[in-house]
Amino acid sequence: MALSRDEVEHIADLAKLGLTAEEVETFREQLSAILDYAAILQRLDTDAIPPTASVLPLRNVMRADEAAPALPQADALANAPSIEDGYFQVKAILE
Amino acid sequence: MKLHELTIHEALRLLERREISAVELTRAVLHRIADVDNDIKAYLSLTPESALEEARRADELRRAGNQGALLGIPMAIKDVLCLAGVPTTCGSRILASFVPPYDATVVARLRQAGVVFLGKTNTDEFAMGSSTENSGFFTTHNPWDLTRVPGGSSGGSAAAVCADETLGALGTDTGGSVRQPAALCGVVGIRPTYGLVSRYGLVAFASSLDQAGALGKDVTDCALLLNAIAGHDARDSTSVDVPVPDCRRSLGQGVKGLRIGVPREYFGAGTQPGVEAAVRQAIQVLEGLGAVVGETSLPHTEYALPVYYLIAPAEASANLARYDGVKYGLSATQAPDIWEAYRRTRQEGFGAEVKRRIMLGTYALSAGYYDAYYRKAQKVRTLIRQDFDQAFQRFDVLLGPTSPTVAFKIGERTADPLQMYLADVFTLSQSLAGICALSLPCGLADGLPVGLQISGPAFGEETVLQVAYTYEQATDWHTRKPQIKEGHS
Repeated sequence: MALSRDEVEHIADLAKLGLTAEEVETFREQLSAILDYAAILQRLDTDAIPPTASVLPLRNVMRADEAAPALPQADALANAPSIEDGYFQVKAILE
Repeated sequence: MKLHELTIHEALRLLERREISAVELTRAVLHRIADVDNDIKAYLSLTPESALEEARRADELRRAGNQGALLGIPMAIKDVLCLAGVPTTCGSRILASFVPPYDATVVARLRQAGVVFLGKTNTDEFAMGSSTENSGFFTTHNPWDLTRVPGGSSGGSAAAVCADETLGALGTDTGGSVRQPAALCGVVGIRPTYGLVSRYGLVAFASSLDQAGALGKDVTDCALLLNAIAGHDARDSTSVDVPVPDCRRSLGQGVKGLRIGVPREYFGAGTQPGVEAAVRQAIQVLEGLGAVVGETSLPHTEYALPVYYLIAPAEASANLARYDGVKYGLSATQAPDIWEAYRRTRQEGFGAEVKRRIMLGTYALSAGYYDAYYRKAQKVRTLIRQDFDQAFQRFDVLLGPTSPTVAFKIGERTADPLQMYLADVFTLSQSLAGICALSLPCGLADGLPVGLQISGPAFGEETVLQVAYTYEQATDWHTRKPQIKEGHS
């Protein structure tokens, strides 16, 4: 499965990874090789096999809707690069 | 008596008899770290002052009659597990400055049991790797041969236990990252059943596969550690509400009549002859002790690698989307807009293997490819689980090598990602199936440790530990230690 440059750049954009031209080429080769290898899965007939999303039988694990002590705001903000008035500050997404 | 050479259970006995103090024990281990860690580089960060304070407190509590299960025992914690107030970097530059405001549940449970925390151990970045060479900071060296890798991703923890730089350690295992470094360093490592141990505070790599595990100098120590950390946690909705057995209880019961399966797929081409020989010898020892051994098959073993390297990166691509420089970590604040800020933050902060896996995962999940890759892998995952279900109808445990080779040289496999991935061929399946597995030393090949892997059915930890303990007590591999030159750097 040979990936094209465009495909690699598209994936990088989806993942918001800024890659250099050299990285795009290296990853193009490496990812193509790995995906080629992964193609052996196509040998198996899995039409009647259900997919495994989780090995556990647990579904919809809920708790009672009761308030309990939570992480203090100061702690939650302590590692942030930029804060203002108790908010995480980010660059604008809308002008 | 060199205190740093003690096992956890030996140290507990001496502490209980007041023959040593927790402070003496901690000082001895810190001294050992100072002597050898410049060469081994197992630790990313050390917390000697707080460790000595915790040790003092442990001595006080013991004098006052407190019976904490691990009171005064020094431990090392892999740097993907949160230890409150201490940097948790996950081996990544993107989190170089991150200080968690809370303990991971497994860490909190150890704290409650009276553990003394020595520091955080080195790891492949975000636990992605099999050699600890992907650490964003430096690589760890195998104490048996400093030119070789300790395995990964819990290489720092395994090397620290091996070199007596700690009495025990926590690691994490997603595709083998506790078991494989345990094998390469000649220590014991256990990967619990998925859901037995809480993942709260374990920085997520692949959520359906990650599990915290224990590394120790012998099987008894691993049983003690598992006792301390296992159990339901309301903060982890994937933790299972089952009663946790006393993992020590069954240790001495022997293996008479126990059915041991040997999957044929775990031997042959690709496995180093010395590794195969040591493992087959170990199986004979168990047969001699009364176990009933039979050959079996796990027919989908060869598909575990492509399944894992689609599912794990897919989950990782989602889990690592949070590293955007907004709430914590590296942040490219000089960028002109938010999208460029994201791109640059992640470009600068992530290493090559992490980027590679994020890309692989993003691709496998993307429109047009989801069915052919991710969904297909999930279906084959079901087939792998079924292989184990069937094998466990006829056998109590399955045995084989943990790793196809002994420790390889630093730099030997870094040029080709697929070559590195092949290190995991025997450990991926158990993770995919969510069952438990343990590695313990069973010999040397070319002077380097060989690990025997014992796999058990889900929640079958007691049986796995029982088989491991029986083998261990009938041999002396667990007493073999590497010669490490002290005090030179």
